[in-house]
Amino acid sequence: MASGGPFQEIMPLDFAAKTLLDTTRAIEQSVFQMDLASNNGFLQALDPRTKVASFFMFLLLAAFSKGLFILSMIYLLSLSLAVASSIPMSLFFKRVWIFVPLFTGFIALPAIFNVVTPGDDVFTLICFGHPVSLGPFTLPASITITRQGLVGATILITRVAVSVSLTILLVLTTRWMDLLDALSVLKVPQVIILVVAMTYRYIHLFLRSLENMLLARKSRLFAPCATVDEHGWISSRLGVLVGKSYHLSTEVHLAMISRGWSGTPRSLGKFQFDITDKFVMALSFVICSAGILFDKLL
Amino acid sequence: MVKVNPVFELKGVSFSYPGQEAQPALQGLDVTVNKGQCVCILGANGSGKSTLLKILDCLYLPSVGLFKAFGSEVDSRSMEGNRFNANFRKRVGFVFQDPDVQLFLPTVRDEVAFAPLQSGMSDKEVLKLVDETAERLGLKNLLDRPPYRLSSGEKKKVAIASVVTLDPEVWLMDEPTASLDPQTQSWIIDFIIALKEKGRTLVIATHDLEIPFVAADRCYVLGQDHRLLATGSPQEILEDQDLLIKANLIHKHRHLHNGYFHSHKHDHWRSSGH
Repeated sequence: MASGGPFQEIMPLDFAAKTLLDTTRAIEQSVFQMDLASNNGFLQALDPRTKVASFFMFLLLAAFSKGLFILSMIYLLSLSLAVASSIPMSLFFKRVWIFVPLFTGFIALPAIFNVVTPGDDVFTLICFGHPVSLGPFTLPASITITRQGLVGATILITRVAVSVSLTILLVLTTRWMDLLDALSVLKVPQVIILVVAMTYRYIHLFLRSLENMLLARKSRLFAPCATVDEHGWISSRLGVLVGKSYHLSTEVHLAMISRGWSGTPRSLGKFQFDITDKFVMALSFVICSAGILFDKLL
Repeated sequence: MVKVNPVFELKGVSFSYPGQEAQPALQGLDVTVNKGQCVCILGANGSGKSTLLKILDCLYLPSVGLFKAFGSEVDSRSMEGNRFNANFRKRVGFVFQDPDVQLFLPTVRDEVAFAPLQSGMSDKEVLKLVDETAERLGLKNLLDRPPYRLSSGEKKKVAIASVVTLDPEVWLMDEPTASLDPQTQSWIIDFIIALKEKGRTLVIATHDLEIPFVAADRCYVLGQDHRLLATGSPQEILEDQDLLIKANLIHKHRHLHNGYFHSHKHDHWRSSGH
């Protein structure tokens, strides 16, 4: 599913077009990557419902555990599962550790300082010698990194990393449509599953359409446009795309009615819940319950 | 005298899209489709063929005129409620022109299973039916693939398979051979002939004149003014070159034959054309 690649190599694209094409490719790669889900691996062999239910239990455990030990154990488990499921570790680490420091790291950063989390000083950054008043705020005599702050930030980052790892593992090892169907075990209403499934189906069509509009315009340009004009054109095309999507949604609705749409979604019960799935579910339940108890005792 | 059962009857039907009342999509149509007939609606792009099929599938109601399906008048009241859906949708199947409209689910299997699931069949029955249909139409290897990854020909076959599962007595097909490679076109024409031999009623909107030539019992020609230009047997319609030019179904142009340029009407559906 190459997108834009060959065109970019033979035809220089301006900043706005390149951003759009790269975004398109990134969305396609993250949403439509299904090759790994077809591998022969431990998680791929499980019923998607088992995976959704078990991962949900581990996500709850990660959300409620207060100590680093439990979180580290769940992270180790996710790494072992990735290996057992033939997930390339470089891809797995990249997916997790690019986003975690970017988003959570910035949120957790202020928490390590004594201004936000008072406690035992580990490292002094600035020493004023006396408290400093900044408008309504008063800073302490020295800005330090505290042990409590570091522990809190580490727990937050680890918790997010564990949750992201579990989610990415689930997504990489389960075909998107199976994952959607399996959400029914979490009692997600069928109509929501259908809406997400249809969004997944048509996002591809619109990304292609946007890319084609871009390349069709490019093929008729004699000279590069000013960036402002580029931005204006892209905004207007997004408007056209909204119009197109409205027209398509009307047509799709007619096609649904024509094929007997009753207003109640029904999906095919195509999964097989065997003895391995029962064992994995039971084991996940036991581990998560023991983890919660252990965390309380610590 | 043998009594003929009309499946669809339209008398003086006009239709306008909301906000476009000044430019009706269809004007004053009288159309009758009898049981077991293969009827072709011929017309150029934009003549109103797709709109007519949507009226026949009870997706649109005529703005003016009388429309009867299976002997009963269709109006907004008769279309209310699940009973209409349950009866009508099982009897009439519609293959849309654009498979991307018709194929809205994540996998081919889900697509083929959609209509039987909606009709209330059990999962077990549906799975069996899906497998049988896929086997019959040669789609077995596509079942787990998402429709957006299929070629145009494969998409069209899946769109047809999604209707085959209900085995409707009436088939509405909108431009079934448009934008397809010759092999798929030929497959679809064979499929239409097979449906006809099984006694199904077919209404096919097309500007591909090969379909009426090989399959139709009756043709209706829509003009570019959205009115009925002519009606008759395929032979009567296809022999009338002036009518076909007027309806923009064939063209007349200059081109090279045997080393010299000349001008003549194009009747490409005949293999012996020139």
